[in-house]
Amino acid sequence: MSDSQIAVEQHGPELLHHFVDAEQQRDAASLGMWLFLATEIMFFGGMFCAYLIYRYWYYNEFAAGSRSIDLKWGTINTAVLICSSLTVALGVRAAQMGKRKLLVVLLLLTIVFGLTFLGIKGLEWYTKFEEHHIPGHSFNASDLEKPPYSNGGIDQQHEQIFFSLYFAMTGLHALHMIIGVGMFIFLTYYAWKGRYSPKYYTPIEMGGLYWHFVDIVWIYLFPLLYLIDRKPLG
Amino acid sequence: MFDNFPLWPVRASSGAGNVDALYIFLLALSAFMCLAIFTMILVFATMYRRRRGIEAEQIEGSTPLEITWSLIPLAIFMVIFAWGAVIYFHERTPPRGASEVYVVAKQWMWKLQHQEGQREINELHVPVGRDVKLIMTSQDAIHSFYIPAFRIKQDVLPGRYTTVWFRATRPGVYHLFCGQYCGTMHSGMIGQIVVMEPAQYQAWLSGGGTTGSLAASGENIFQQLGCPTCHRSDTQGRGPNLVGIFGKPVQLEDGRTVVADEDYVRESILSPSAKVMKGFKPIMPVFQGLVGEEQLNALVAYVKSLTPSPSGTAGGPGSAPAGTKSQDPKE
Amino acid sequence: MATAAITAEREHYLNNEYGIRSWLLTTDHKRIALLYLISITFFFFVGGFFALLIRLELLTPAGDMVQADTYNKLFTMHGQVMIFFFLIPSIPAVLGNFLVPLMIGAKDLAFPRINLLSWYLYIIAGAIYVHCILTGGVDTGWTFYTPFSTAFSNTKVIEAGIAIFIAGFSSILTGLNFVVTIHRMRAPGMTWSRLPLFIWAHYATSIIQLLGTPVLAITLLLVVFERAFNLGIFDPTRGGDPLLFQHLFWFYSHPAVYIMILPAMAVESEVVACFTRKRIFGYNFVAMSSILIAVFGFLVWAHHMFVAGISLYSALIFSMLSYLVAVPSAIKVFNWTATMYKGSISFTTPMLYAFGFIGLFTMGGLTGLFLACLGIDVHVHDTYFVIAHFHYIMVGGAVMGYLGGMHFWWPKISGRMYPEGWGRLAALLVFVGFNLTFFPQFILGYMGMPRRYWQYPPEFQVLNVLSTAGSTVLAVGYLLPMVYFLWSMRYGKIAEDNPWGAAGLEWQTTSPPPTFNFEEPPEVTWEAYNYEQIPAPAEVQVER
Repeated sequence: MSDSQIAVEQHGPELLHHFVDAEQQRDAASLGMWLFLATEIMFFGGMFCAYLIYRYWYYNEFAAGSRSIDLKWGTINTAVLICSSLTVALGVRAAQMGKRKLLVVLLLLTIVFGLTFLGIKGLEWYTKFEEHHIPGHSFNASDLEKPPYSNGGIDQQHEQIFFSLYFAMTGLHALHMIIGVGMFIFLTYYAWKGRYSPKYYTPIEMGGLYWHFVDIVWIYLFPLLYLIDRKPLG
Repeated sequence: MFDNFPLWPVRASSGAGNVDALYIFLLALSAFMCLAIFTMILVFATMYRRRRGIEAEQIEGSTPLEITWSLIPLAIFMVIFAWGAVIYFHERTPPRGASEVYVVAKQWMWKLQHQEGQREINELHVPVGRDVKLIMTSQDAIHSFYIPAFRIKQDVLPGRYTTVWFRATRPGVYHLFCGQYCGTMHSGMIGQIVVMEPAQYQAWLSGGGTTGSLAASGENIFQQLGCPTCHRSDTQGRGPNLVGIFGKPVQLEDGRTVVADEDYVRESILSPSAKVMKGFKPIMPVFQGLVGEEQLNALVAYVKSLTPSPSGTAGGPGSAPAGTKSQDPKE
Repeated sequence: MATAAITAEREHYLNNEYGIRSWLLTTDHKRIALLYLISITFFFFVGGFFALLIRLELLTPAGDMVQADTYNKLFTMHGQVMIFFFLIPSIPAVLGNFLVPLMIGAKDLAFPRINLLSWYLYIIAGAIYVHCILTGGVDTGWTFYTPFSTAFSNTKVIEAGIAIFIAGFSSILTGLNFVVTIHRMRAPGMTWSRLPLFIWAHYATSIIQLLGTPVLAITLLLVVFERAFNLGIFDPTRGGDPLLFQHLFWFYSHPAVYIMILPAMAVESEVVACFTRKRIFGYNFVAMSSILIAVFGFLVWAHHMFVAGISLYSALIFSMLSYLVAVPSAIKVFNWTATMYKGSISFTTPMLYAFGFIGLFTMGGLTGLFLACLGIDVHVHDTYFVIAHFHYIMVGGAVMGYLGGMHFWWPKISGRMYPEGWGRLAALLVFVGFNLTFFPQFILGYMGMPRRYWQYPPEFQVLNVLSTAGSTVLAVGYLLPMVYFLWSMRYGKIAEDNPWGAAGLEWQTTSPPPTFNFEEPPEVTWEAYNYEQIPAPAEVQVER
């Protein structure tokens, strides 16, 4: 056992003074993180609500917009995020078992996956920029096709709403990813310093919860944005 | 009441009395509740003020009392709710055969167009005793059409129509206010409702130089914009035949069914590909930016006039087609 | 025998460390409460200053004091400052922060550093908003309705939106801290049913803060994005729906009013219990009513939209639900009144504020019934009737609750007594000034005077003059406590540990409390409001 682990058994520096014992501290951290995630659900929820309403009203435009974003990259990103959640979960397990080196490796992998996701997202956004699908003065979605089985047309203005929501939702998700990556950089550093042990790995667990949440938001975003109407054309 | 210092708004519409009656009931109820509670507090504060040697009596509570003073107020509240709901339902259901006036709100003025063609700015002349329905839209921000003397108010939105109706019962001049903050001169976006005896109103109507009825102006615009090219009055047109279409359910390409009301006609002119009728292609040009709100109102009035009214005469004021819902199915 | 604590010698949270760093880097919930006290008092006077300018302009029907655009900025910023930078933090961030750990027997809140972070977020938000005020202000109305705010306003909407967005996170973190603390850090023996009603009400408030504020955050963010990046989410010319904004906005902003009133009700329970020397009548019902208000409060938001263009059926449903939410509030008023029966009542300043609260909250709440009523609301929506209604609740209710609480716990917070005579005078001035300011506005509203009007028809003038006169009295009433509280910190009579003979763990420690709140961690074996076990103070400790 390392020195820090012995110290934690008595009254380690991790036990903050206002808590009665380590268990109370852990319980408080856990409840706190779950409540914070509940607030995040409400935060994203507002946007999901807006999305669902406009999708119901402007289905054709949303379907056309959905077809115009690259399913390949979206799928790859989904796989990347799921793998990153796996590395996070394995990391928590490594911390539980006191395997410091393994923990550090898994945290680093998570960061790599996170950065990969962000990179691919940036690529997708750049493509949209080139195609003039970014809402604003130079928006031009006349290249989008309407579904062949419908005679309804594509209203350019309504199409802008799809892309506005696309950028707002993926943008905020990406921001949360960036914050997550930043948090994991700190966690990796402290893990490497040996701060975490079977007796005390709460920050890893809490970071993991946050990361899983960001992953779940993407699991909802992906079908809503990418999979609206993927029947083969023609 | 007091001339320079009035404390109650005048009642000048058929609905005002009902609203006032409910208000007075609520006033009485509130006064009673306040009196009851304040008296009780005063009595308790006096009787049970702190005196040496006399201790407070610890009373946990009384569940029967709690239930009583929860259920009785709830019952009273439900009565108030129901009474208010009835008034509201009446307010939001314009009677058939109401005259229609189109209103366009913009920062910071009201533009009104009578069916007969009369145009007004910041003023609305109406005859006593006639049901009047206002079909309103905004050119910019949200406004609200508020006539305190009639106890009616309705927000006026950009991008769609909202309606309000009234029947004036007293000749006179009454305030018109904008009731939804809309920028710099929100407080200057006021006007007057001029209620006249029917004979005077007729005189006023024929006094000003009108350019023909609203529907007739609409027909002019319809011709000028080339609409008859596709919207023929037979089945050969590339666009649907508009005769008899207003107020009827319409099946769309995507399977939905909507009612062809004012909002539908308006949307079809501004965003034609949004709700394409079944059997037709989305080839209608977009007129957003090419027609102003008042022209849109005239076109709507014209399309309405192509549907015979229940009394058999086509067009003209007072023809509100059966089953018309003036709100977009969206809401 | 009760000896006055000699504060200079005994260690407590105010004298254990000195220097600006010890304040700006503190994690002590009591010090953070004082940091908040100073900042929200600053914003109260900023918002109050705007209010005074509004009332001065409204002395005459013509717009003759400021320009129309300026007036529009005044009422917008009055509303935003008062709501987001004063009312929403006020009681929770000052009294809640100070008292929640003390009342449950804990050493601090669950997350002391997050507590400090919430204050810094508030300060950053406040600084951005002050910058916004000084560089042109914002004129959208506090409600930011689209498309005016996104497409037509020429003012600093983005800056104001960002400031309030950040302030929202301050609020969320406070709520998070309270919920976790109340769940996880109660002293042994402090079961849920032994909690002071103050804690129940703050718990309910915190739930609303947690679940509601994020929706405001995303809504304001979307408005900011729309203005900054030309998105079209609420823009009708692009198929966007302005009503969607209203739904999203009011989904938070209605529960927000319960964030503002529940803490005042929290104070009311404690003050009434102490100065009637009785357990609150119907403890279980009062506790439950807080939770019910929080829950039902989320279900009624569209009663702000009865004439906005929603469907008839939506309106019916929301009206009915709005009546349901009125019931728990009524229950509280009845229970406080019933507590006075066979009590032993003293008329200290806090109790005077408590009486005022019941009266004014009752009036404000009853006028809510008018507004929930569809037929009436069509006429009085967006008129001075609404303004009068919410000021009765937020000023007559929440601010009086705040002031009553400040007076009640001042001895505990500062170790000093405030001067009782001046306290009572101020309470009276506030009560009279308040009624004179706002009662005429009910009449104005029914007569049809719309809100947010820079100029108005002359027949509304007399009532407006009365209202402005009242506001000057009110202003004096608010300035007095500023003065004498400051005075008392140096010259006030030294307070005993429990000058009021009140129940509650906070009174069982010294005034002011030691840094870690209790010399020994308490173990609770008694019910809340155990006044039968607490001797009444020989005389109520007052400074004559």
